[in-house]
Amino acid sequence: MDAPGTVSNPLRVAVVGAGPSGFYAAEALLKSGQTVRVDMIERLPAPYGLVRYGVAPDHPKLKEAILVYAVIARLPHFSLLGNVAVGRDVSVEELRAHYHGVIFACGAETDRRLGIPGEDLPGSHTATEFVAWYNGHPDYRERSFDLSAEVAAIVGQGNVAADVCRILAKSVDELKATDIAEHALDALAESRVREIHVIGRRGAAQAKFTNKELKELGELPSCDAIVDPQDMELNAESIAELEVKSNFVSVKNVEIFRALAARGPTGKPRRIIFHFLQSPVKITGTARMEQLVLARNRLEGAPLQQVARETGETDLLRCGLLFRSIGYSGVPIPGVPFDVRRGVFPTQEGRIVDGGGAVVPGLYAAGWIKRGPTGIIGTNRADSIATVKSLLADLPHLAPETKAGAEVLGPLLAARGVRVISVDDWLKIDTAEVARGQPRGKPREKFTRVAEMLQCLGAS
Amino acid sequence: MTTIVTDNCKGCRFTDCVTVCPVACFHADDNMLYIDNLVCIQCSACIPVCPVHAIYADDDIPEDKRNWIDINAERSQALPTISDKQDPLPGAEERKTALGF
Ligand SMILES: Cc1cc2nc3c(=O)[nH]c(=O)nc-3n(C[C@H](O)[C@H](O)[C@H](O)COP(=O)(O)OP(=O)(O)OC[C@H]3O[C@@H](n4cnc5c(N)ncnc54)[C@H](O)[C@@H]3O)c2cc1C
Ligand code: SF4
Ligand code: SF4
Repeated sequence: MDAPGTVSNPLRVAVVGAGPSGFYAAEALLKSGQTVRVDMIERLPAPYGLVRYGVAPDHPKLKEAILVYAVIARLPHFSLLGNVAVGRDVSVEELRAHYHGVIFACGAETDRRLGIPGEDLPGSHTATEFVAWYNGHPDYRERSFDLSAEVAAIVGQGNVAADVCRILAKSVDELKATDIAEHALDALAESRVREIHVIGRRGAAQAKFTNKELKELGELPSCDAIVDPQDMELNAESIAELEVKSNFVSVKNVEIFRALAARGPTGKPRRIIFHFLQSPVKITGTARMEQLVLARNRLEGAPLQQVARETGETDLLRCGLLFRSIGYSGVPIPGVPFDVRRGVFPTQEGRIVDGGGAVVPGLYAAGWIKRGPTGIIGTNRADSIATVKSLLADLPHLAPETKAGAEVLGPLLAARGVRVISVDDWLKIDTAEVARGQPRGKPREKFTRVAEMLQCLGAS
Repeated sequence: MTTIVTDNCKGCRFTDCVTVCPVACFHADDNMLYIDNLVCIQCSACIPVCPVHAIYADDDIPEDKRNWIDINAERSQALPTISDKQDPLPGAEERKTALGF
């Protein structure tokens, strides 16, 4: 028997998850020079993971990363098995039986918790829920957000916080020509939110925004961005940080914050108010959240290593709506080791390891489920290439027998009543979405229920 | 919208920029890299990772480096794509230090 990767014994790999890391892994495998068959298994009928369901609708240019993935999906020896959830429709055991290797690229689909009292009061939400809802993710279709409060708060000062902030701050006219979900646009049209507090644990010199996104928040047509000039009096360590030449992103951010502080309000109907050196410690209210208790922080430590420490003083912020954006965590799948603390599948050079640190043969991970929720779309490319490199190095040790992959899995899933979505099926759904968007001047109107996507394929 | 590589890149080839680009739109000659803005999705991922701040976007492009917009446009069309991390050019570390990074 020839080793996997040869014409008589093609290497069969299942890639679990059709987000960026899944596609970059598929591409690296298909361009590896081995004889290989890649089956990408995705729990939703729609591919592209957080590029479709995370990246903000008012950033259409970023969503063009999808064009690269659409080309990969058309490569020979690539198949999509959409609408198939690993752990629900097919087990990890079964994948191991039918593939030489399985690469988990299933992302980090749940939120980390703040762990403070009142976190679950109505009105207090995670950014994940809100983002998935306005992007039309089927799991969040039935959610509703009460946007009747005038004051909202966002905990976190990174790019997800910036996205949530913009969606709340923009008028419906500014959003209606995007691919934002129709139900979200309708709800936002009724929004009474006028004031959005964006709360950061550390100072202005440590905010995690990219320059571009911060600048954008300061230039919204119908929303002011307010920075308290006092917050721009930085401690000596922060000033030292800004002298470090490689810290140019923070230098620019501070420059932008200073300009906002100097400008003050300009009379626009909505306002973003930046808070620094504050951490939420408690949410209070009776039927729903009414107040956020914020601990004041000071910075401790050497430049570039400063951490926030509570001073013991607190501030009260009356607000009826809260979004917590403090990080994502992976979801375990039965049959795969899981690191609960970090919320990832534990790996060594992309190979999944068990609690004792021993490699589980044939199982790999890439993207957010491997690294945790850090990095942007492109970071996943180098990450997936590294995982595929480990898999290819393992070829001599992988199960030597031939594997049937989708040839067996397809009929198995059909017998279980699963309507498997192929690339061609997806293209039909895609075309229908674009056509639905056209009369409304939108690049697409997403189907937001799985049943609607399947319906558009007819009875076939 | 435009994102460009400027002269600080000459002699580096650390290619940290290339490893984060989602759409593989960097092109290279023997000296430095150039961005193809017909493909670039303006995600700005490459800007913070460049160790010598060679990459600029839009209105952050300094006045005296705006000539690099045309150079990127021309050179990127003429040169092959690079999509994987490469070994730094000889002297890259020294140059980085000399530039003050
Ligand atoms: C709100 C938000 C905004 C962002 N904005 C930007 C931005 O502006 N620019 C940028 O560069 N990056 C942005 N990012 C980051 C970027 O989206 C991520 O780096 C990237 O999507 C991670 O890729 P991934 O493939 O690891 O995970 P994902 O994109 O999450 O893909 C995972 C896929 O796996 C599927 N899956 C999960 N479990 C299973 C299962 N059991 N069986 C089968 N399939 C499964 C999921 O449905 C999903 O399609 C943003 C992220 C978020 C959350
Ligand atoms: S990291 Fe910067 S200096 Fe190095 S190759 Fe890329 S653009 Fe050039
Ligand atoms: S901005 Fe993004 S897409 Fe453009 S070159 Fe940089 S990393 Fe690539």
